Amino acid sequence: MSEYNFAYLDEQTKRMIRRAILKGLAVPGYQVPFASREMPMPYGWGTGGVQVSAATLTPDDTFKVIDQGADDTTNAVSIRKFFENTAGVETTEETEKASLIQTRHRIPEAKLREDQIIVYQVPIPEPLRFLEPRETETRKMHSLEEYGLMHVKLYEDISQHGAISTSYAYPVKVSGRYVMDPSPIPKFDNPKLEMDAIQLFGAGREQRIYAVPPHTKVVSLDFEDYPFEATKADHPCDLCGAEDSYLDEVITDDAGSRMFVCSDTDYCRCRREAGHTGRMTKDVAA
Amino acid sequence: MTKQSQFSGGFSDASIQAAHAFRAAMTAMARPGEIRSLTGGLPPKPLSIAAGTLLLTLCDPETNVYLAGAADTPAVRQWLTFHTGAPVTGAAEADFALGTWQDLGPLTAYRIGTAEYPDRSATLIVECAELTNAGATLSGPGIRDTACLSLPDIPALHANSSMFPLGCDFFFTCGSEVAALPRSTTIRSEG
Repeated sequence: MSEYNFAYLDEQTKRMIRRAILKGLAVPGYQVPFASREMPMPYGWGTGGVQVSAATLTPDDTFKVIDQGADDTTNAVSIRKFFENTAGVETTEETEKASLIQTRHRIPEAKLREDQIIVYQVPIPEPLRFLEPRETETRKMHSLEEYGLMHVKLYEDISQHGAISTSYAYPVKVSGRYVMDPSPIPKFDNPKLEMDAIQLFGAGREQRIYAVPPHTKVVSLDFEDYPFEATKADHPCDLCGAEDSYLDEVITDDAGSRMFVCSDTDYCRCRREAGHTGRMTKDVAA
Repeated sequence: MTKQSQFSGGFSDASIQAAHAFRAAMTAMARPGEIRSLTGGLPPKPLSIAAGTLLLTLCDPETNVYLAGAADTPAVRQWLTFHTGAPVTGAAEADFALGTWQDLGPLTAYRIGTAEYPDRSATLIVECAELTNAGATLSGPGIRDTACLSLPDIPALHANSSMFPLGCDFFFTCGSEVAALPRSTTIRSEG
């Protein structure tokens, strides 16, 4: 561990990231450019989130990493190990015990507290990017609060599919001003964006940092006659029976059998430890 | 106590102390009105511990610092230069400005960002005689319902927040305590 500066990055880099985080918090939802560094992992593996975490961690933190809700996937394990090695911080898989959570594409099911921070890994921070490829134009659109194009996109969803079919990275308006990409979380998680914890977003390849302070109003864009709907697979979890958690569909053989399980592995584990059972664990228990 | 010199009063364990100091500053900025302890640096007079620690945590050769009025002493300049390497400039070019509210003068002197890059604005570190949860009523991002904070000049800060998303952001420091007021906060005078 002594070979690295605390949390890997050098102090000047951390100061630059820290200044960007402060401006991000001061202008909620606005994307602050920052001089993203090359990290010892490829783009797309959370280099933005890792840099924000590195600038935010203290030695007293307990660090948790989830990838699509799971603590035990390659991405989560490798980032957790990275900070175990370079920052010497405690790590945990329990949402309750974590003070800083880095996440790829999910918000934990358990309600986050005032003293927690959640860092999102963001691939494309610009919500308007697929509608307008030029950064100069999207900057202008944000400055003029010109978000009509986004509503046209959602309208086209309705005219083609009869409903807003955007199911992840669902655009939100933060504090009544900036339209923001909440990172590719399922829209099921959108209502949780109004939370007690501090939310920081890091996009490494695209070199942007943005933030949502606690208790900030976050509204998912919609229409009066087609209101926003947080959707999930219409099943209970097959392991813990939870009906309120976001589910992954898992194909279990080549005959079309499938199961639905909580995508938040810690939530599912806690429920099973508390004695809850689902379709596939009842037989085992019996 | 050892004699204060330009070489003393920096972080003794830079990466760890800066990490703790930043967490305090970030939490303050994320929760306007909340007063937090901020220590680590021992700057020369007249700077407070919290203001000196903020400079050590956030400033380096890439940031222009404006020292206003009484804060602009040879000792402070030497200390700032030795520990951070930050260039000392005028108010108009400053990324960070430090001084009492009177010394900092009218807010029109500072950068407020541009429509496309509102982050390119100054952060003012305001030295206060006292810092209490009383006075102006704050609401907005980071605040559950309302918060109270002693502010030096409610009309000027209200004018600043009415320019949102442009405007300056503020740290208020007093001894080893800090509170923050981002431009996103709505300010009402009490009552």
